[in-house]
Amino acid sequence: MNMAVRTPDPKKMIKGATGDWEVIIGLEVHAQVTSNAKLFSGASAVFGAEPNMHVSLVDAAMPGMLPVINEECVAQAIRTGLGLKAAINLYSVFDRKNYFYPDLPQGYQISQYKQPIVGEGKVLLDMPEGVVEIGIERLHLEQDAGKSIHDQHPTMSFVDLNRSGVALMEIVSKPDLRSSEEVKAYLAKLRTILRYLGTCDGNMEEGSMRADINVSVRKPGEPLGTRCEIKNVNSMRFAAQAVEYEARRQIGIIEDGGEIDQETRLYDPGKGETRSMRSKEEAHDYRYFPDPDLLPLELDPAWVKSLEADLPELPDEKKARFVADYGITPYDAMVLTLERASADYYEQVAKSRDGKAVANFMINELFGRLNKDGKGIETSPVSPAQLGAIVDLIGDGTISGKIAKDLFEIVYTEGGDPKALVEERGLKQVTDTGAIEKAVDEVIAANPDKAEQAKAKPTLSGWFVGQVMKATGGKANPQAVNDLVKRKLGIE
Amino acid sequence: MTDLTALTLAEARDALKAKTFTAVELTDAYIAAMEKARVLNAYVAETPDKACDMAKASDARIAAGKAGALEGLPLGIKDLYATKGVHTQACSHILDGFKPTYESTVSANLWADGAVMLGKLNMDEFAMGSSNETSHYGAVINPWRRNGSDVNLVPGGSSGGSAAAVAARLCLGATATDTGGSIRQPAAFTGTTGIKPTYGRCSRWGLVAFASSLDQAGPIARDVRDAAILLKSMASVDLKDTTSVDMPVPDYEAAIGKSVKGLRIGIPKEYRLDGMPAEIDALWQKGIDILREAGAEIVNISLPHTKYALPAYYIVAPAEASSNLARYDGVRYGLRVPGSDIVDMYENTRAAGFGAEVKRRILIGTYVLSAGYYDAYYLRAQKVRTLIKRDFETVYAEGVDAILTPATPSAAFGIGEKADADPVEMYLNDVFTVTVNMAGLPGLAVPAGLSAEGLPLGLQLIGRPFDEETLFTLGAAIEKAVGTFSPAKWW
Repeated sequence: MNMAVRTPDPKKMIKGATGDWEVIIGLEVHAQVTSNAKLFSGASAVFGAEPNMHVSLVDAAMPGMLPVINEECVAQAIRTGLGLKAAINLYSVFDRKNYFYPDLPQGYQISQYKQPIVGEGKVLLDMPEGVVEIGIERLHLEQDAGKSIHDQHPTMSFVDLNRSGVALMEIVSKPDLRSSEEVKAYLAKLRTILRYLGTCDGNMEEGSMRADINVSVRKPGEPLGTRCEIKNVNSMRFAAQAVEYEARRQIGIIEDGGEIDQETRLYDPGKGETRSMRSKEEAHDYRYFPDPDLLPLELDPAWVKSLEADLPELPDEKKARFVADYGITPYDAMVLTLERASADYYEQVAKSRDGKAVANFMINELFGRLNKDGKGIETSPVSPAQLGAIVDLIGDGTISGKIAKDLFEIVYTEGGDPKALVEERGLKQVTDTGAIEKAVDEVIAANPDKAEQAKAKPTLSGWFVGQVMKATGGKANPQAVNDLVKRKLGIE
Repeated sequence: MTDLTALTLAEARDALKAKTFTAVELTDAYIAAMEKARVLNAYVAETPDKACDMAKASDARIAAGKAGALEGLPLGIKDLYATKGVHTQACSHILDGFKPTYESTVSANLWADGAVMLGKLNMDEFAMGSSNETSHYGAVINPWRRNGSDVNLVPGGSSGGSAAAVAARLCLGATATDTGGSIRQPAAFTGTTGIKPTYGRCSRWGLVAFASSLDQAGPIARDVRDAAILLKSMASVDLKDTTSVDMPVPDYEAAIGKSVKGLRIGIPKEYRLDGMPAEIDALWQKGIDILREAGAEIVNISLPHTKYALPAYYIVAPAEASSNLARYDGVRYGLRVPGSDIVDMYENTRAAGFGAEVKRRILIGTYVLSAGYYDAYYLRAQKVRTLIKRDFETVYAEGVDAILTPATPSAAFGIGEKADADPVEMYLNDVFTVTVNMAGLPGLAVPAGLSAEGLPLGLQLIGRPFDEETLFTLGAAIEKAVGTFSPAKWW
């Protein structure tokens, strides 16, 4: 374990009665592998079917059934490993993790214990203070369990085995995180990477990404404290809340002279607290041993190389390229590359246009509007071509920025060709200086007092610009209005 | 008509081909024999209707000139094999009423070649036992008795039903499985021939698992030729079992009658046990003499880690079993004994469903895998296993073609004689056979004579990986010298 690779940062610490406390956090993220079939059976891995519709003889652990590894799931784990800049282990072993539970038909989970398929890697977080590197300890493949349903019968539980045997990647971080903000950023970044790679849809509501969070606290410079593990957190917000609560709970106990019990806890989002699930003494003895039904997984280096060659551009690389190629800020580049679909959308529009103008319009208008509707970029009613046309209309001075917002709303709600809409609805910016001049003259004539004051205090010219814009229904070219107002008031 | 059940599988095959009699006639003869032999308790489920249907279909295929390699030949299937819609319980109470919706790959291979299923054969529960006394369906009685005695003897185990049925002519041949000697020891106790092929030669798909890294399917048959014919049909690569091996299946029957001249036969000194009965020693010497006279070269070899094989086996096999048997939890199929909550239901079900020997092995297996003991037991046993494997690799690398040993340390014993004794005494039955499973090698048990009391005794031939052919050649040479053995019918 790396004890203190990071210099303690007082800004990330939690203040207690006895001073600052450093929070040490490590995450185990279970990410459901995107694949058609399960890890060791041919049954469908698709979410949302009627209970027990996607269950093969293997998934139900019928006598004499044997697991057969799904090559696509292995490829997905390797892609993910490569995306995490991690070492790919050409030799890995599947083990059995033994425990009894009704939704675990075999009585053991096939997992990888001592020899995982992926070794050490890293994830970079864009934090306000700069880039923070979080180490990845390992990634391994394992089977998901089924689902126990306890609310269908007064005395019995029902079991749905649709998920039983679905492939999961367990991605284990090093204990490198130091705050709830970093936890959120880590989960978001991991999700982005997985979605770029197409190896997990990252859908936390459907449970395709869940996190076990290990939290401990210590005074800066001291050895690691006793940790508690918060199980199965299924949203980034809850993860952050759970960490905040748990860290403060532990600090409170220690400052009151108590000791932390190593235990497994659950986060209750309703109450906003974590509570004990089982103590170390109650921990299972999983009796891991290599699964004798499966040969060790030996990878052909050439195959790994071919998977690497086919990897898509990853968010960090894409972000750097956007900054370099389109001249946008690292922050904008980060926002645009959060989703591969957004980045692709951006590039479609920004190619042969002013990258900065496109970035601004996308981030401020498009993302804002989509967010309001809870829509993703994939279902945006405004296509890249339409958005590009709007940006072009601003760029060549046909419409003002303000009109562009109105035009965008029309295109968003009604659709249509932006250029044609501008013509049809008379949204064209007035660049006819004669017409603008007339409006300026009228406003100045109607407000002689203000005109006098403006001569003494030039910033008041803004009021005149506003009035002229209002009088022209926002269609006047703001720059032209500005120039004229200043000239007419004699305050150049 | 003469008794059709007196024919070997090869003879019956040729007679069917020559249309001397029909598959239905042959099957009827076996169904009649089974009915008369129920006292032996070899079958736990008879499927005469299915057998008749299959035999009729075989006759149709024979008439159409589309006969398979085993067309119309009635076989018994060990209860460990999943047979679609038919009783499949590994002779355990915990699988009460279980009838799979699927067919094991090995039995499917047999049916694809035209074989006829007579029923499911008794066995030790989950293949755990060396006497067939742990079956939920009661002990199998060996058709052999000591001279002038009416004491019932065990047929060996775990494939005791298979061995007894073949010896008593209640089927032409039987499927069996071997995890530590479960084909070879009962074959030796009943004067039949059994082969455990190389690990990976037959698919394990649809075989109720005992110890996955050791389990292997194989036949028990009247003679060496019959075993060769059956193995040819049983063996195959199977995409559903990734431990099965993709190698062509040779024509094993062609190996029979080949000269053994020049073959180097290793005689391992470690198999000469203290206190071994003189007649076992004498039998071994007889085998050596037969092969030498037939032209084989006899060499003394050493397999130094042999003495660790049995203890290591009784760690590895129970460890895997403890995990493999976790699925019998009362939730989805088989027995369920209700309880106040889920844990109570598990405990009630498994307490009632498993017999004493199975429970003992689950406990041993759970213990050796548990935190703090894993390294000392399981890991160490795996290291021993590697050393045992290396012992064999070394002698094979030095030019040894096969190894000759006794199959068992004694002849068949009486029912109940060892059941109540120290379980380790029962485990000692496997002392000559477990090394072969630990190393994943092929092993053939062939009858070589009778004891002073008139009971069959067997020799074991151990081969190189996937060299079952040499074992059939050598086994046939021994058989040619000593003949075959049948029990006097008393049932």
